[in-house]
Amino acid sequence: MAKILIPTPLRQFTGKLDNVTVPGATVGEVLAALTAQYPDLRKQIYTDEGKLRSFINVYLNDEDIRYIGKDTAATKEGDTLSLVPSIAGGSR
Amino acid sequence: MSLSKDEILRYSRHLIVPEVGMEGQEKLKAAKVLLVGTGGLGAPLGLYLAAAGVGRIGLVDFDVVDVTNLQRQVIHFTKDVGRPKIESASEKMMAINPYLEIVKHEVALTSENALDIIKDYDMVVDGTDNFPTRYLVNDACVLLNKPNVYGSIFRFEGQSTIFATEGGPCYRCLYPEPPPPGLVPSCAEGGVLGILPGTIGLIQATEAVKLILGIGEPLIGRLMLYDALGMRFRELKLRKNPECPICGDHRTITKLIDYQQFCGMPNREEEPKQEAKVNDAEIEVTEVKEKLDRGDNFVLIDVREPHEYQIASIPGAKLVPLGQIGQRLDEFDKSADIVIHCKSGMRSAKACGILKAAGFEHVRNMKGGILAWSDRVDPSVPKY
Repeated sequence: MAKILIPTPLRQFTGKLDNVTVPGATVGEVLAALTAQYPDLRKQIYTDEGKLRSFINVYLNDEDIRYIGKDTAATKEGDTLSLVPSIAGGSR
Repeated sequence: MSLSKDEILRYSRHLIVPEVGMEGQEKLKAAKVLLVGTGGLGAPLGLYLAAAGVGRIGLVDFDVVDVTNLQRQVIHFTKDVGRPKIESASEKMMAINPYLEIVKHEVALTSENALDIIKDYDMVVDGTDNFPTRYLVNDACVLLNKPNVYGSIFRFEGQSTIFATEGGPCYRCLYPEPPPPGLVPSCAEGGVLGILPGTIGLIQATEAVKLILGIGEPLIGRLMLYDALGMRFRELKLRKNPECPICGDHRTITKLIDYQQFCGMPNREEEPKQEAKVNDAEIEVTEVKEKLDRGDNFVLIDVREPHEYQIASIPGAKLVPLGQIGQRLDEFDKSADIVIHCKSGMRSAKACGILKAAGFEHVRNMKGGILAWSDRVDPSVPKY
């Protein structure tokens, strides 16, 4: 079970929710449960080959999952997962 | 670099802070900071860095002030609309602090000029608005060993950190690749709360000043996320990626590359060709008006969002936001004469692609969107 924080650009794919809580004992399971619930989100965060897109980072609490075992990182009650997409705005 | 009597009085509130003092103020005066972009982030950055007494500030911008900038770019005033941003910005900064030296680089930062411009500065503050320039600034800073004080914004959210310090992570460590064009909207497409760049720009200004003074705990190896709606700051760990192609153990990028191509954007030379290719699928706004006036049997679809429809709309257009069109294809006849419009023509081009791929036979994109409609058909329709 983990709470996933959804950033503004992706909220259009989660029925405008800014956070979603889904079950799962690993990061992979949590993300699978999330994208099963919101299939449109799946296309946004995974490539056709099922790889996480390289401009969206996933953090388990404050750790980038790329450095803690990616999909296999264990999640526990009370953990927060963040999806952090690359944004470029600043001027125009 | 010593301070004059007038400067000592001007910076009095700095000088009596022990962590700044005369020594710190002299460091600020000796500092050379390059500000890339004088827009949303650049506006508060420029004003505060000028006021704080950063001695030499370089500005890079080739844009002119547009009336839609004024909602957030507080360095530009209503009277400046139409003027080069670099002139407008430097005028305000000099008015705040005449002891500054401002270096104007009125060019687009490119792979050809970036190293030459950046090399004369101690650090870069990135206030740009697009992925190619962000990767360009990052790579140039890594190659030149200059810290890159980064900030970016979208709607109600912002990110900030410092890249490319000695031993610290870079932008490519955080995001190895940019999103394909169109997947993440820009401020122009997605909108932004006008106050947001003030908050993020001043985080960048704070970090730039701390780096110059050498005080406090710099925002290195940490990504600060700001959510204005929840009024929350969150901090994530940012690690140097050993596999990073420009700052990792096995570097494959040793010079600046073609960033338009890297970000999946057409090369400037190729643009006319692309235009020619889509022309047969386009329709002028005046022709759409004639069709409406004649009472032609055709369907006009508006693929903008409902809140945009409330600002301005074309009578008779059916609202189907781009995000829904894929699921609502059965509402339309595949053999019907269909014209699609949006604000400026980008989203409607995507919608045309979706319909064509689904077997719709007569689909055309209304060139220039409702903005062109306002210009050429009905000036009473407001632009936004």
